[in-house]
Amino acid sequence: MVDKKVVVYSTPTCPYCKRAKDYLSRKEIPYVDYNVAQDREKAKEMIQKSGQMAVPVITIDNEVVVGFNQTLLDKLLS
Amino acid sequence: MYELMIIGGGPAGLAASVYAARKRLKTLLVSGDVGGQVNWTLGVENYLGYQFIEGSELIDKFQTQVSQYPIDQKIGEKVSRLEKIKGGFEAVSEAGDRYQSRVVIFATGKRPRRLNVPGEAELTGRGVTYCAICDGPVFSGQRVAVVGGGNSALEAALDMVKIAEHVDLVSLTPLTGDAILIDKLSGANNLSIFTEYQTEKIEGQDFVTGILIRDLKSGEKKRFDVSGIFIEIGLTPNSEAVSGLIELSKLGEVPVSCSCETTMPGLYAAGDVTDIPEKQIVVAAGEGAKAALQAHRYLQRLAT
Repeated sequence: MVDKKVVVYSTPTCPYCKRAKDYLSRKEIPYVDYNVAQDREKAKEMIQKSGQMAVPVITIDNEVVVGFNQTLLDKLLS
Repeated sequence: MYELMIIGGGPAGLAASVYAARKRLKTLLVSGDVGGQVNWTLGVENYLGYQFIEGSELIDKFQTQVSQYPIDQKIGEKVSRLEKIKGGFEAVSEAGDRYQSRVVIFATGKRPRRLNVPGEAELTGRGVTYCAICDGPVFSGQRVAVVGGGNSALEAALDMVKIAEHVDLVSLTPLTGDAILIDKLSGANNLSIFTEYQTEKIEGQDFVTGILIRDLKSGEKKRFDVSGIFIEIGLTPNSEAVSGLIELSKLGEVPVSCSCETTMPGLYAAGDVTDIPEKQIVVAAGEGAKAALQAHRYLQRLAT
């Protein structure tokens, strides 16, 4: 089991966000999901951490992944 | 060497993968992502078998179906160049990896067209976005610009007037989208429409702070403070990798016969990257199936 803190910053309408979350769920990886369309504080945090404004942003411990990049997620979660 | 290499993992490439696997071809699927343009689609209501399905769910179903078969997959590998070698082809990825096969199905789809103005590349993801349905909500309460005059631009503007402080819609031409969308927009009181205006420059250091546009008729320039710019000016084919092998159409698409053949024997193409008339998920999937069956037939002919 992976013992890493996974956070997803997403919007409800973004298909890549949904795919990323579905992917994590399928791999049974627990994550915290922040809806940055509603949560302005978390939106700011996402922009500050990733240096950009596109969703999804996924943080795995201190690593920041922009977009749904399955290969990179696998690498960071293994 | 693989018998078949499928380049591109959208509906065309994935359907080709299923058909190739069922013909027991030694197959490699290479793609930057899985799902291609379906990833930008919220809901699909015209793919047979589903009255409604989310784009992301449809991709998952495609992917699950492909993964049942023993074909090799290299996902996250974008092919930058395809070359002809003795007895087949060699693909070179952006990462520098090389893959060889006897036959290729090229199904790389399309990507959003760029404006090619100063500031655009530097500020992509920093206020400049090509996926309004993804990133739109991040800009709620802010002033944004939408560039384009077709249906996608009008839809982006319609979504944004609901949540943004103000929306500037900038189009190089008169609005070309459906009348029903234009009607819906006319009710918005936080929208300014600038038709026949050229976008000259996107301004900002770390993030977008403004947009500079020019009236095509008078030459007068205008500048607005915006924090988001949604570029919706159509699509362009991902055909660069084969531009050295075959002649592309004026639009940059790969010309194909009704059997998905290109002008080069052994090189097939399918889906939105080709010059077939309709760009639809169901059409792309059908073209992918056709290409795989034709590729199989071609390999059989080579063997005899």
